[in-house]
Amino acid sequence: MASEYNFAYLDEQTKRMIRRAILKGVAIPGYQVPFASREMPMPYGWGTGGVQVTAACLVPEDRLKVIDQGADDTTNAVSIRRFFQRTAGVAVTEATADATVIQTRHRIPETPLTEGQILVYQVPIPEPLRFLEPRETETRKMHELEDYGLMHVKLYEDIARHGQIATAYDYPVKVEGRYVMDPSPIPKFDNPKLARNPAIQLFGAGREQRIYALPPYAEAVSLDFDDYPFTASKADHQCDLCDASGSYLDEVITDDQGSRMYVCSDTDFCRGRREAGHVGRLGGGEAGQ
Amino acid sequence: MKDLDIWTSMKTQPLLSVQGLSKFYGARIGCDAVSFDLYPGEVLGIVGESGSGKSTLLSCLAGHLAPDTGKVIFDTVDGPRDTVVMGEAERRRLARTDWAYVHQNPRDGLRMGVSAGGNVGERLMAVGARHYGDIRAQAVDWLGRVEIAADRIDDRPSAFSGGMQQRLQIARNLVTGPRLVFMDEPTGGLDVSVQARLLDLLRGLVREMGLSAIIVTHDLAVVRLLADRLMVMKGGYVVEQGLTDQVLDDPQHEYTQLLVSSVLQV
Repeated sequence: MASEYNFAYLDEQTKRMIRRAILKGVAIPGYQVPFASREMPMPYGWGTGGVQVTAACLVPEDRLKVIDQGADDTTNAVSIRRFFQRTAGVAVTEATADATVIQTRHRIPETPLTEGQILVYQVPIPEPLRFLEPRETETRKMHELEDYGLMHVKLYEDIARHGQIATAYDYPVKVEGRYVMDPSPIPKFDNPKLARNPAIQLFGAGREQRIYALPPYAEAVSLDFDDYPFTASKADHQCDLCDASGSYLDEVITDDQGSRMYVCSDTDFCRGRREAGHVGRLGGGEAGQ
Repeated sequence: MKDLDIWTSMKTQPLLSVQGLSKFYGARIGCDAVSFDLYPGEVLGIVGESGSGKSTLLSCLAGHLAPDTGKVIFDTVDGPRDTVVMGEAERRRLARTDWAYVHQNPRDGLRMGVSAGGNVGERLMAVGARHYGDIRAQAVDWLGRVEIAADRIDDRPSAFSGGMQQRLQIARNLVTGPRLVFMDEPTGGLDVSVQARLLDLLRGLVREMGLSAIIVTHDLAVVRLLADRLMVMKGGYVVEQGLTDQVLDDPQHEYTQLLVSSVLQV
């Protein structure tokens, strides 16, 4: 416990300001609420938005889980978890089901979330129209007027150039039939999990100073064409450690000869399966050869 | 076919009725007290020297600028409506469906980072088309109509010549079958032989689709070829208007006389 910091690093007035933005975001699903993002003791792009949202949501009884690309043990995840252990003194966990607040970068956990959990996303660029329309005044106007034809131009270009919708992450969704939303760079495999999720999903973009949200059970439809429907794609393999076939996989190069293995990107999910006795192609070693 | 119906059944009612339109830039006049009616299928030319207010007038008509006074009444599918006071959402819907706007510089009207097919398809997708095959088929069709080879459909406009870019911009605008086209110096910046082909194309499309058009230009040859009626502007005021041939062959106002006599005869 570190008493030299206010609980969860930010001062109470700042947390109040962020909570107001979060409440507004939850009230208007998919709408980007501006907020006065603070300097955090980490560089932009490392999750300053997500950290501020997490700080505003935490209470002393919470149990926090932090993942980066699905993994609990990567630099970003470890340092943010330690940050909140030090500044808030909250309990931490790696088990998805035990966590009350989960801060994530680029993944939604494989284990289904439940009511009462909060999933906080780190968002680099909150504006789904940004790369098509560089003017902020114009993109706001387009959201205001539901002028979303441009979004499909991007998908059209994908098909024209690659023969299919090649957008594999950051795949835009339409929320509750109104706002088009950028789901942060999660793989499109995770898009179906955005929709009708029992957990509260909050998105924080620190540098861009925007917060938006999906309240529990909100609808989020991935954009597509009638003749090129949305598909939640993943590598066509099984996990080499836990043999899971339905989880999102990372491809790992293992030597200079082009050998590779596929492992679950969600480390907690993978460990859980191995502990339950599932063994993949290369999973024998750890199980005690 | 739809356009023919409009031509026959609604000819008595103006498509666009402009009443006392004024726009001031501070103390300076943009355009003042402009009134005219445009009937379905009619092409109106607006000529005048640089700074005479013709582009200001066009921007006010197309909703890009808000006029200070006056009415711009457009005959929408729900009956005549004043576009100056209607909401932004509704005006944009008009701009995507019933209106088209051809910029002088194709770079202003095209998305340079998006392929030709995407450029043509954008308006279709904006009004709700969600079938890739259909959108592409329409894009191919329209590229053909503006004489761009179908195998250029996936090229970006930056790989096109100036004349092709301008033709692409026209295709992109006409794909949703608008009823009124605003053109701001559509042939500006093109060499004369390309101009001639573009004018030929425009004339064909206007006649074939029964389009109404308002063409702003300083090139009298363009209006002679395309326009049924002509409005001459100077210093923000309309100084003369009438049938194109009448105004050009028998100019009454001194400025019009100057304008007509300034054209080089080769």
